Amino acid sequence: MKLSIGAVTEPGSTRINKTGSWRTFKPIIDVEACVGCGMCSMFCPEGVVYEVEDKYTIDYDYCKGCGVCAHECPSGAIEMVIEEK
Amino acid sequence: MKIMEGSHAVAEAVKACRPHVISAYPITPQTHIVEEISRMVADGELACEYIRVESEHSAMSVCVGASATGARTYTATTSQGMALMHEVLFNAAGLRLPIVMTAVNRALSAPINIWDDQQDAISQRDTGWIQLHAEDSQEASDMIIQAYRIAEDHDVLLPVMIGMDGFILTHVYEPVELCPQEKVDEFLPLYEPTQYLTPKNPLTFGPIVDPSMYMEFRYMIHEAMGRAKKKIMNVASEFRDKFGRYYGGLIDTYEAEDAEVLILAMGSVIGTIKDAIDELRADGKKVGLVKVRCYRPFPAEAILEAAKDAKAIAVLDKNISLGHEGALYTDVKSVLYNKGPLALGFILGLGGRDITKSTIENIVAKAQKAIESGRVEEESEFVDLDQEVL
Ligand code: SF4
Ligand code: SF4
Repeated sequence: MKLSIGAVTEPGSTRINKTGSWRTFKPIIDVEACVGCGMCSMFCPEGVVYEVEDKYTIDYDYCKGCGVCAHECPSGAIEMVIEEK
Repeated sequence: MKIMEGSHAVAEAVKACRPHVISAYPITPQTHIVEEISRMVADGELACEYIRVESEHSAMSVCVGASATGARTYTATTSQGMALMHEVLFNAAGLRLPIVMTAVNRALSAPINIWDDQQDAISQRDTGWIQLHAEDSQEASDMIIQAYRIAEDHDVLLPVMIGMDGFILTHVYEPVELCPQEKVDEFLPLYEPTQYLTPKNPLTFGPIVDPSMYMEFRYMIHEAMGRAKKKIMNVASEFRDKFGRYYGGLIDTYEAEDAEVLILAMGSVIGTIKDAIDELRADGKKVGLVKVRCYRPFPAEAILEAAKDAKAIAVLDKNISLGHEGALYTDVKSVLYNKGPLALGFILGLGGRDITKSTIENIVAKAQKAIESGRVEEESEFVDLDQEVL
């Protein structure tokens, strides 16, 4: 890919920037403990926690590991685990 | 030929370029330019969108937005206003938008001072704007037309500011020849942007660029600056062919061929220097001038070529990089490093202090003394300081 003059791009190009690479801690949802309240999804600043059949799952391509979801989860179902790279 | 105020000569040239959008905030001594343009728009002489804003930061931001849609844009400012534009100037250059601005030159606060020096433009040196400086009203006016040709060239695509000394040029009435509209239309075709914002084809201007690519974008601006040098020279020649007026390429020289002492400067002080040179030459002194027309990109090769046979070069700075020396002096020394003449730096004319012929003669005498002794006593010095009040 050749760079454009002035970095002008097609819209939506931020998707190229996979912010998952910024992560130091990775949130892991314990699906057994999860009560499906959706707090994690509402609080995630990246909007990358999705509901799938009453349970919640995380898009790790863009989760930057901020830990807000784990902090907000009322059931303590999210654990922040050190990222192995 | 018409006798008119320098500011109005600039406004007339802007009008002849048929800009689509103008946004400006009035500030002394730039006011007469934008006041006259807004009168033209109000009287229906100029069909363009004139956007009033609450600050220079907004004025430049409007120009950035308008230019991104492919509109030809213009603004003017000075001093504190130029300082307030600072961060947006980087964006205009980084987005490669060919905005043209008259950078009326004025000192910066504090203490507050509304008179001329070139600190404001010099302080925008590294923003990525092409920076030209005019000697008189005619050049300040003609350079507007040339500036669009340079800025909008697809090999360049960079904003251009034209330095114009506050009051000394903006408020002085002198004979000016205006460029006929038909000829300007032939010389300056419509701006054809390579990429522009339109609802039909959405684009992102200003995405985040991470460490893997940022440096490459900076390199591309730097390369465009390099290509601009040739463009500036070519446009000057084409302008001469079309309108019969020529101010030199990146630099101009006066009585420089056999000169032992060269004076190097920018802007309106050039006229005073030429008069002083005429008198010094009449006394048999071999003195000449290098007029820097283009400060960024810096015309290193042209200066070296002009100065290589001189014995001393006196660099006049109407600015100071506090804690070091005049900005032009630093640049000239780096060009002459290990070759060419002795270089002396003089800081003068700050905050509107007059620069007279005798000031220039004293500077030449100092340069001659340096030639005789073979060394520069004081690298950089203030000229005409009032020691009594210090
Ligand atoms: S760690 Fe932060 S970014 Fe990742 S899912 Fe939780 S709230 Fe969202
Ligand atoms: S906040 Fe906790 S309990 Fe609620 S949906 Fe998310 S993981 Fe499940």
